[in-house]
Amino acid sequence: MKADPAGVLTGVHYLDGDFACGEGAMAAGCRFVAGYPITPSTEVVERISRRFPLMGGTFIQMEDELGSMAAVVGASWTGTKSMTVTSGPGFSLMMENIGLAAMMETPCVVVNVQRGGPSTGLPTMVGQADMMQARWGSHGDYEVIALSPQSPQETFDLMINAFNLAEVYRVPVLVMMDECVGHMTEKVVIPPAEEIEIVPRTLTGQPPESYLPYKVDGKPVPEFARAGDGYRFHTTGLTHDERGYPVMSKECQEKCVSRLLDKVRRNVDNIVRLEEREVDGADVVVVAYGITARVARIGVELAKLQGAKVGFIRLITVWPFPDRRIRAVAEKVRAFVVPEINYGQMVLEVERCAAKAGADAVLVPHPGGGVHDPKRICEAILGAAK
Amino acid sequence: MSRTEIRITGFGGQGVVLSGFIIGRAVAVHAGKHATMMQSFGPEARGSACSATVAASDEEVLFPYIERPDIFVAMSADGYETYRDDLKEDGILIYERDLVHPVSKEGQRAFGVPSTRIAESLGRSIVQNIVMLGFFAAVTGIVPREAMRDAVRASVPAGTEELNLKAFDAGYAYFEQEYKGANPREEEETAAAAGPAAHA
Amino acid sequence: MSTPAEHPEVLPEEHPVAPYIRTDRMPHIWCPTCGIGTVVKCFATALAESGLDLNKVSVVSGIGCTGRVAGYMKLDGFHTTHGRAIPFATGLKLGRPELLVTVFSGDGDLVGIGGNHFIHAARRNMDLLVILVNNFIYGMTGGQNAATTPLTAKTSTMPYGNFERAFNLPQLAASCGATYVARWTCLHIRRLTKAFGEALKRRGFRFIEVITPCATLYARLNKLGSGLDLMRFYHDNAEIRHGADTREVGIAFQDRIVCGKFVDEEQPSFLEMMHEHYRKTLGSKYVPTPPEGGWLHE
Repeated sequence: MKADPAGVLTGVHYLDGDFACGEGAMAAGCRFVAGYPITPSTEVVERISRRFPLMGGTFIQMEDELGSMAAVVGASWTGTKSMTVTSGPGFSLMMENIGLAAMMETPCVVVNVQRGGPSTGLPTMVGQADMMQARWGSHGDYEVIALSPQSPQETFDLMINAFNLAEVYRVPVLVMMDECVGHMTEKVVIPPAEEIEIVPRTLTGQPPESYLPYKVDGKPVPEFARAGDGYRFHTTGLTHDERGYPVMSKECQEKCVSRLLDKVRRNVDNIVRLEEREVDGADVVVVAYGITARVARIGVELAKLQGAKVGFIRLITVWPFPDRRIRAVAEKVRAFVVPEINYGQMVLEVERCAAKAGADAVLVPHPGGGVHDPKRICEAILGAAK
Repeated sequence: MSRTEIRITGFGGQGVVLSGFIIGRAVAVHAGKHATMMQSFGPEARGSACSATVAASDEEVLFPYIERPDIFVAMSADGYETYRDDLKEDGILIYERDLVHPVSKEGQRAFGVPSTRIAESLGRSIVQNIVMLGFFAAVTGIVPREAMRDAVRASVPAGTEELNLKAFDAGYAYFEQEYKGANPREEEETAAAAGPAAHA
Repeated sequence: MSTPAEHPEVLPEEHPVAPYIRTDRMPHIWCPTCGIGTVVKCFATALAESGLDLNKVSVVSGIGCTGRVAGYMKLDGFHTTHGRAIPFATGLKLGRPELLVTVFSGDGDLVGIGGNHFIHAARRNMDLLVILVNNFIYGMTGGQNAATTPLTAKTSTMPYGNFERAFNLPQLAASCGATYVARWTCLHIRRLTKAFGEALKRRGFRFIEVITPCATLYARLNKLGSGLDLMRFYHDNAEIRHGADTREVGIAFQDRIVCGKFVDEEQPSFLEMMHEHYRKTLGSKYVPTPPEGGWLHE
């Protein structure tokens, strides 16, 4: 369906990434946000709290991030598209109920405007060190989808994707921004509502008598019933059967958990989006995401000036990781160079995919608090090309 | 325009961030080029000096931070002191004449405007930064005057557009009169060279 | 209001509250002489008598013995994470304001790990009916000390007796802003049912504490006899004092249990305050979330 015009601020704007995030959520049809203030993400909810009362949305500032995430999961069960926004310390607290959302198959969006860590770290300064936490932060086996925008414009665009993906796969979708993108102001074009494609929450057409909340019938996800429509369904964070009833057995665990994984794993190619430049014929391919992808492109250009044959892959979808594509590229290149604002996270994934083909994966680390000097990335490329 | 780096500084309340926002918006939205504006978060927020930076270019801005500005707008003495050494050797200094007493550097050009006094003469000292923007637009010419005016109109609170555009035009006119008129104020740079004493 | 069809007729051979229970999940996991089942029966009876549209009633639980209630009642039931029933329920209520959202959980869940959410929901006068089953101990994990364990009582993690002071829950709720506060034991089935019925019809943050026996752990560790002995104790030591000053209703080990309705006042709820405030400040520009929720569809 098309976006609800009430949430779409059509026009050419000059917005920072946080504001663009809020606008993207509202355009995507988000009408419930629970949040707790935390730098550098707070501007998102400040924007939303100002505009929500004008479009039928409800914002509540919760007592903490545990509560924010729980409220988001609860609200989503009414069919209302829901999200929360935070940064590292809050993201840690949200892990508990991100797991619940994954287990209950609750569509929702969680934005993390990453700052330097660990712990309180660098509240006002950029980091990209929560990437593995996004994938593995809650306990147990589950899959999420995570996206990483490189600009305010892309933040707006990816928010719409995030809400749509959450509906299609019934998973929490994590939007892994960073402080630099969050606090940078650039041109953002918001199209008219009729040009924004929205995946609505589709409600089951089955009668309550025959409805089973976790029966899939060969589809990737079960049909959704919302609270208050007479289905009187049950859902739980415990391992459950098709009825949503807890069943404590390894057989049920296998069935329940493998489906949570498979719905994402079997659709990696449908989910993953990459931006590629000059990968064919390259000796070295730079793999980067978020703000680092922009900075890395300067490094790529510098290396090209020195004769290196360099390709570039930008991870727009960071989770699920594009294994297949990286493996295929690994067959043809000498090495990957992975700059990221951490001491080595996504590089581990690249390394895993490159190992079989014998390609190197070279990390260009950054502690956080700033972005890479493109010259360092250039040097790493030239080093890897030797 | 090749990549142009701009830093605006002043004290809190002078509308430093809004100034950066308007310049960026003028370039990116109204002049159809690219501009990335960053507010001073973190280590740049030194002392009482408040700062915003803009990286403007004909092409996509890949690196959002600036290192050595081509244009340095100083609206307060503190801001000037904090960042003056960063200005490129051939950079342009634009400053509030009554508040900043610059030390001239060879190769750098300096342009002063009594933006606070001009704003006061318009009845509202709060539009000081917009006077400065008018002056900035005239000095640098990095975007057409109308693009800057459009950006001002789109960025100030509703109902204050007229006053702000008047402030903008007054700043613009000051440059025309003082630097491009019959008697270009060549002495401005000489005065700057002499340091604060010349203004005392 | 409900139609007769929504309140299924009770078949003669069925238990009177069977239509409100997921009978396909019986038998339940609760121990013999546990009081939780009694509380559920009282709540189901209150629902039956209320005439409410049960399709619009949700029950949210956290983790623990009482946490299983959401799974046993034939309502939209959410069995959530430990301590988070109240914020989950908050989202449910705000996402679809026409729902009647009930939180049904234990003392460890709601005021131990979930204490922060409890006080803030009470402060906001959030539109939730919170039923807290207090058995003074962590049951499901095997009898550990709770925020409600009376001084000197023995628990598996206070084997020499508890030396931490316990919460006085009616006082906690009332002081934080709850607008309906009552306490009963699961011996008081008539009064408890009546309190549920009354609270179902109120708005804002309604809090009902129900003291229940945990024979398996609390009674055993403290040599208090059987569940029946605890019920006898309630019979002999419960003291009904409606309107009692909640500062004076704290529970000491094997001492009197003050029961009654302590607070019942009309105060605008979170949603009422929000609507009124936005109407005042935004006027006709205010678009509230529709009662049926912010579900967007063609």
